[in-house]
Amino acid sequence: MLSTYQYPKYEYVVPPEIRSGEPGRYPVVVVGAGPVGLAAAIDLAQSGVPVVVLDDDDTVSVGSRGVCYAKRTLEILDRIGVGDACMARGVSWNVGRTFFREEEVYNFNLLPQPDHKRPGMINLQQYYLEEFLVERARQLPTLDLRFRNKVVSLAPAGNGATLHVETPDGAYTLTADWLIVADGARSAIRRMMNLDSEGRVFLDRFLIADVVMKAEFPAERWFWFDPPFHPGQSVLLHRQADNVYRIDFQLGWQADPEEEKKPEKVIPRIKAMLGADREFDLEWVSVYTFQCRRMQQFRHGRVLFVGDAAHQVSPFGARGANSGIQDSDNLCWKLGLVLDGKAPDSLLDSYSEERVFAADENIMNSTRSTDFITPKSRTSLNFRNAVLTLASDYRFARTLVNSGRLSVPSFLIGSRLNTPDDAAFAGDMVPGAPMDDAPMQEDGAEFWLLDRVGNRFMALVHVADPAAVDADLAREFKALAGGPVPLEVVVVAAKPGLAAEGLRVFADCRGRFAERYDSAPGTVYLIRPDQHVAARWRAFDASRIEEALARATCNTL
Amino acid sequence: MALTLTPNFNEPGKRYFRAFSAGDDFYEALIETHRDLSDVQSALLNARLVLLLSNHIGDIGVLREAMKIARDGV
Repeated sequence: MLSTYQYPKYEYVVPPEIRSGEPGRYPVVVVGAGPVGLAAAIDLAQSGVPVVVLDDDDTVSVGSRGVCYAKRTLEILDRIGVGDACMARGVSWNVGRTFFREEEVYNFNLLPQPDHKRPGMINLQQYYLEEFLVERARQLPTLDLRFRNKVVSLAPAGNGATLHVETPDGAYTLTADWLIVADGARSAIRRMMNLDSEGRVFLDRFLIADVVMKAEFPAERWFWFDPPFHPGQSVLLHRQADNVYRIDFQLGWQADPEEEKKPEKVIPRIKAMLGADREFDLEWVSVYTFQCRRMQQFRHGRVLFVGDAAHQVSPFGARGANSGIQDSDNLCWKLGLVLDGKAPDSLLDSYSEERVFAADENIMNSTRSTDFITPKSRTSLNFRNAVLTLASDYRFARTLVNSGRLSVPSFLIGSRLNTPDDAAFAGDMVPGAPMDDAPMQEDGAEFWLLDRVGNRFMALVHVADPAAVDADLAREFKALAGGPVPLEVVVVAAKPGLAAEGLRVFADCRGRFAERYDSAPGTVYLIRPDQHVAARWRAFDASRIEEALARATCNTL
Repeated sequence: MALTLTPNFNEPGKRYFRAFSAGDDFYEALIETHRDLSDVQSALLNARLVLLLSNHIGDIGVLREAMKIARDGV
């Protein structure tokens, strides 16, 4: 098979515990250097927390594996410093087309709105994402990334967890005040702690073939139900970086996985699809089955589970890696505040609550897609085909076509960190909502809102005219920043201008912020460090902002 | 009244943030209703369901329009 990618081999370094013979102690240890573990370690280390990452391997993901990274994930990757690298290498797309037999019956656009920094989705082989994350991790002085360090046992305790780690130079012991478990679907740590992840196994097999070819296919997602070249089953085509195409063939439960992986079996399937004249090379082939399941809780004392270790979904909808990176996004600011003594550890229970809610939503959506794509009874198949025959002519049926509901972030509307609205707002930016992006200006230069919020709490205070913010009001805004939990107050206005006391001003020159947030002079949004709305009001009131900030951090006033 | 052919699913008291959610809620309930039934039982269930929904709609003009579209695509 051809290879378009040179796998890096990361150097093993003798750990300080082995050199010194002394056991180590760290505020945070992350187990697993996949996309989710690395994202968490980077997020914490870039705010100065010392983090050790332990991984039993010395390279990146073998095979392209997770290839679709959604808009929200790209926004998080921007916040941790790898968004541009992923964009430059990945293939951006927004349009998906669905075919039934030979006819296109439906297409969708993931991002019909203008004025967002990031597209609906990029396709990028997982090994590139991991390589970029490793490069970023290595720039951070408080991040200690240890390859070929395998955790063989652990002992959780009230104030941390002690790990026994094996290396090529022998074993050592280290203790973590907090342990982040990101060691994947077959989590060894989860097993060591005798914890279960429960759910449903699907009786179906799919073949993944990564094919290298020069083709003029547009950067779109194409999905076939019952195509002539693979009758009775479904097929999915995605374009990745380096002229690599991902093709997924549904095989059915009876297929023999070892047999189906053989090139003499795979190549005719691809030729039937692409035509006999198309030249291509196989890069990677795999046969997979899948499950939807999750742990009951993602927090167990000082041990925090993230990504596939905590929950698994079927691949339709790209909700695996994307949701794992959102786990990290949700967890790290909370853990940071707890480590700094600025929030009680009950804030970490909200990590589990919010991400269990999100995992259930992801499992629900990917299960629905799976049931539509692979109907389990004749009646289900009849309904599925009836929807597809109505879809080209009737709009209501198009919304029922489910070839995968692609990863979008959860609206955490039930979270106890939210302060409920006490005034009417239009639109979707409710407490708990992941923020919409918007183009803004500061000091005459355009920027994207999501590039300048996050990493700390912010209050966005909408005023009619920044120049009318006098010194007294500006001092009142700034006084909010003096509390124990860091909070930055920024003025938002339709037009640029200078506010007193050097307050920052975000100018909503194109009106997108006002439109998307139903914001007008007087409106205040309190924003969490993970770019979710915590609270909003129609008038500025410092004491209510303080109350909402306390609520969002599980502090009592 | 004309037959509604634009997306129309909703559930009172429920707020949707994604365009596909209401339709998916319906579709899941529909498939779930048939769980563990034989093909013959499912066909009877479908017939009963059509009768119940037809009576609810009531307007025979609308029903004739739906019957025509359904028949034309078979």
